[in-house]
Order: sequence, then structure tokens, then C-alpha cells
Amino acid sequence: MRFGVVVFPGTWSDCDFHYVISEVVKQPVKYVWHRDRNLADLDCVVLPGGFSYGDYLRAGAVAGRSPVVEALPEFIAGGGVVLGSCNGFQILCEAGLLPGALMRNECLQYRCQSTSLLVENAETPFTRALRPGQVLTMPISHGEGKYHADPETLRALNQRHQVVFRYATPDGQVTRAANPNGSVENIAGIVNEEGTVLGLMPHPERAAESAMGGTDGLQIFHSLLGSLVEDGTFTKR
Amino acid sequence: MKVRVLVRLKSGILDVQGAAVQRALGGLGFADVRGLRVGKLIEVDVDAPTPERARARVDEMCRKLLANTILEDYTIEAPGGERLAPPGAVR
Repeated sequence: MRFGVVVFPGTWSDCDFHYVISEVVKQPVKYVWHRDRNLADLDCVVLPGGFSYGDYLRAGAVAGRSPVVEALPEFIAGGGVVLGSCNGFQILCEAGLLPGALMRNECLQYRCQSTSLLVENAETPFTRALRPGQVLTMPISHGEGKYHADPETLRALNQRHQVVFRYATPDGQVTRAANPNGSVENIAGIVNEEGTVLGLMPHPERAAESAMGGTDGLQIFHSLLGSLVEDGTFTKR
Repeated sequence: MKVRVLVRLKSGILDVQGAAVQRALGGLGFADVRGLRVGKLIEVDVDAPTPERARARVDEMCRKLLANTILEDYTIEAPGGERLAPPGAVR
């Protein structure tokens, strides 16, 4: 499976993703510069965390209109999948590829900590190695991760099972105390209607080796690999 | 032609930044502050033949980039047109 890790000026998790994909998951991977529009030789595009374009104006706003992001709809329509983590999630929302928006954490603090994530949808290409109700541990590291969507959008997200991860207690209870940033309904990650674009605030690439304190992030990569079928398309469960 | 855009969080969306600034003012003795919200002022110098044209271009810019209409409302002040603040207001 061929991965492309997008690099914007100010991206910081690009090398971590590249390392995990090449050295841990052992898959072909290359960097994709933000001005590049050619994604034809890729199966999965990763939008890593960081502060693209300094997060000027709004987090992910400028990157959301960059050439590589403008090429994503065609890439997705052609059968590709997109994984956006942290700043990548913000970029996907700013680009309109995922509904809603991310705003300043309610606590006003930059939160860099471990979180427990309740798996709610295990039928996406990113989560099919998991089961609903399972709890994953992954770190977050952000100042603007409070997910917001209007009530109508939220209803639609819930109805279509587009909420993939919610912040929870280690035993899977979705509580206010387990919510690190004030996200509506504890939302930590969502997919588009087709399930081919995942945005999440936590960092799977920082939970991919036991030396990092956990390997739960690898489950997303293993799901992706298990979802790729012979003709190069992705399958849900 | 200089055009000014005021971008604000929609009413009803919690402005944590504004709340923090309000608390800070309270700590400085300004207990009379009843509400405070923080927005953004963007000044655009746009090449346009008329204020109407300038306004239309900046409106397009707002929809495409300058504002995130999921979270924010915006007001455009073009020369001779609608103003962001009443005349005489402190700027």
C-alpha cells in the first residue's frame, strides 16, 4: 500500500508518520510537498499534525486551500483514502472535506496528554481491525481541538455513524471529565459519509511502538492494510 | 481601495478568549464589564473601479478564506458604504 505524507511549511508530524509507515508498518511511503497536485501513484494520503502556514488566520485555513488539498476530492473519488491527524483534521474541516470545525480548547490550555478513545464505528477502512466499544490510548497535542458542529450536522453525523472516536474514560465511559478540549459530544474523530476520509485530533503515529508507551495507533494502519483489496480499492468490513 | 472586514464568532458560540480577557479586566478592577468578545479586523487593499466592486470581491474572499462561516460572521466596510462601527466610535 502506497502512502504519501503531505508536508506544509510548519508541519511537524511528517517525519513521525514517515518513520512509522516505513519502519514499523513496512510500507512504501514518500513525502508530498504542499504544492504538488499529482497523487496518482498513492493509495493513502496522510495530512500530519503541526502548524501549517503558521496556522495564520485560523488553524488549517490556508492549508485547506493549498494545491495538494485541492487535488484531494479527485483522489478520493478515484478510490484513495485520506487520514488527517491533529492539524490534518483541522485542514480537512477547513477544506470542507469533513463537516464541522475545530476551535480553541475550552480550557484555553494547550493540551499535551494521553487520551482514551472509545471506538464507535469499526466499519471504516481505518477501523475495521477494531470492534465497537473498544478503548484505544493515544496522545493528543493541540490548542485548537474543540470540535464544533451545528445541531443539524451533529444529528446527521450520529445517524450515519460518522463519529469514529469519542474521548472517554479508560473503561469506555463518555464523560465530561474525559473530554480534554470541550469538543461537542466528546467527538475526537469523524469520517466523511463514504468512510474514506478520517480526521482525528489524537496522534496515531505517536502510539506505534512500545517504546513510545503504546501501540494502539498501529491499529489504524493495520485496518488500512486489511482494507485494501487486490484491485487497489478499499473495502468496508 | 481599502476595505475592512470584521470577523466575529457567531453569537451563541462560546468565545473562550473573550471570557478570559473579561476575567482579566475584572482582576484589574473593571468589574463593570458585562460582556466581551474578541474578533478579527482584516484590512484589504483591493484593486477595484468602484466601492461596490471592491465589496463584492472582498465578500468572495470572505466566503472562500477570510471567514469560516461555520463559526464566524463577517461584516465588510467599503468606502462610502456600510461602516463597521458608528461614526465617532473609538478606532
